[in-house]
Amino acid sequence: MSSKLKILVPVKRVIDFAIKPRINKAQTGVETKGVKFSINPFCDIALEESIRIREANKGLVEKIHAVSIGPTKAQDILRTALAKGADSTTLIDVGDEEVEPLTVAKLLQKTVEKENSNLVILGKQAIDDDSNQTGQMLAGLLNWPQATNASKVEIDGDNVTVTREIDGGSDTLRAKLPMIITTDLRLNEPRYASLPNIMKAKKKPLEKLKVSDLGIELSKRLETLKVEEPPQREAGIKVDSVDELISKLKELKAI
Amino acid sequence: MLRSSISKRFFSSTRVSLETLAFIESTGSKISPASLSAISAATQIGKPITALLAGTEGNAISSEVAKIPGISKILVSKSSNYDHYLAEELSPLIKEVLESSDYTHFITPASAVGKSVLPRVGALMDIQPVSDILKVESENTFVRPIYAGNALATVKSNEKVILASVRASAFPPVELSGDGSTPIEEYTQSSESNNRTEFVKEDLVTSERPELGSATRVVSGGRGLKNKETFEKLIEPLASKLNAAVGASRVAVDSGFCDNSLQVGQTGKIVAPELYVAVGISGAIQHLAGMKDAKTIVAINKDPEAPIFNVADIGLVADINEAVPELTEKL
Repeated sequence: MSSKLKILVPVKRVIDFAIKPRINKAQTGVETKGVKFSINPFCDIALEESIRIREANKGLVEKIHAVSIGPTKAQDILRTALAKGADSTTLIDVGDEEVEPLTVAKLLQKTVEKENSNLVILGKQAIDDDSNQTGQMLAGLLNWPQATNASKVEIDGDNVTVTREIDGGSDTLRAKLPMIITTDLRLNEPRYASLPNIMKAKKKPLEKLKVSDLGIELSKRLETLKVEEPPQREAGIKVDSVDELISKLKELKAI
Repeated sequence: MLRSSISKRFFSSTRVSLETLAFIESTGSKISPASLSAISAATQIGKPITALLAGTEGNAISSEVAKIPGISKILVSKSSNYDHYLAEELSPLIKEVLESSDYTHFITPASAVGKSVLPRVGALMDIQPVSDILKVESENTFVRPIYAGNALATVKSNEKVILASVRASAFPPVELSGDGSTPIEEYTQSSESNNRTEFVKEDLVTSERPELGSATRVVSGGRGLKNKETFEKLIEPLASKLNAAVGASRVAVDSGFCDNSLQVGQTGKIVAPELYVAVGISGAIQHLAGMKDAKTIVAINKDPEAPIFNVADIGLVADINEAVPELTEKL
């Protein structure tokens, strides 16, 4: 008999992907005041995939629980998650602290135990710190199978088959639940939340926890010494014809 | 208290340098170019390097690895369990090797394999790894990109063993110039991984062209190409003429003009070739993150306002359907 799915979807609040980040004056990080924040695009894909799994397999999914580790304002993205189809959510409030992937993974491990999850779907990376670590770390802590960069997920009873994006093509892995999957951009196209669903989401559960409630300490293992602008490229030239383009390439010894 | 911290610092700067463990990946019984770049980064850390090879292909490349200068020892774990580099299998192996001797660093390429394995090793050892390093400032301080390469963070690791993945395009690959006399040892893992993940199959895109990640020239196509036929008609001949790899923007991939694996950008491949020719690509930040370190960038686009022109060394505002065939013919 196959087990019911209790899916956990961790979501992160990040600076909107369309915004070009500005470095703060003190060179300690990126300016966040007055900047638009959204759900990390890869997390949105993870949430969408969970909802699609429920829609495609009648009665298979017992619950979809979304969790976010971040500032109080991260509850906005949890409300969005509820409006899109998550059943319940938890905010683990860490204030304005940036939390490293290892700590996030430990907090998620506690959440998995608490929610009794047997499938965790995460984004492959957050577009702010670009670490691409949390899912793999959570899999390591739980000693569960992992499939990163998923472009296709198929569920058949307790068997999960995942097609992954790898260097030079794709590969396919299979594992039994419980399992960790991280999503690639190509997995699906996330839906928008409809207004009635946004209204309904206000009544759905949003639990608020502190890090200390889970018995984890926020400790930093890496120290950010400074954050700088990357070197700017010098303005190039515009040419008017293909001939001119070729002679310029020769001049630059590029061909 | 003060004295102890001073003596500790003194001790750490004068003690014999301990070792770096570097994981070497192979594809089709060849050392992956990304691994050769990772060794280059490992060399900059300045400690003796032990190379770790795993799987039956690892065994096949050991004589090649022996020719990499700067490696003092090669460990080969021949078990076929490692053949597909599953993270569930490799992570306990790497942990065990790291704990078997005085390693201070573990280096892996930031390839699909490296990205999948490194954090899992970190979790098993309770260590926070450093992803995608671009620069080695000192043995514990590295520069890495954040926000799709729109900012560079200098980070210092205070971990007992530093785990890092290396962005291949930021380090030149080492050359196989040694005499092949590096000692090779077989390593047999003592602990069981109890892995429950099964490798089903892989579909690799075969191509006569140079590999995208390490090519010295890249010709990339974007939305402006309209469809698969035009992509093939315009991009392929130009790439052939230049002996370049073919790349693509995310829109081109998503619209089915070419295969996923050709995508250049934050979510695809990061390239830094000598010459990058962007055809019909507007230059969204996600794409620029993958190619803005190219030495010379050429952009051909009919929209004079396209952001790609802000980074291009040579820009040509023209209809690509006319300009590209003309360029191919005249080269």
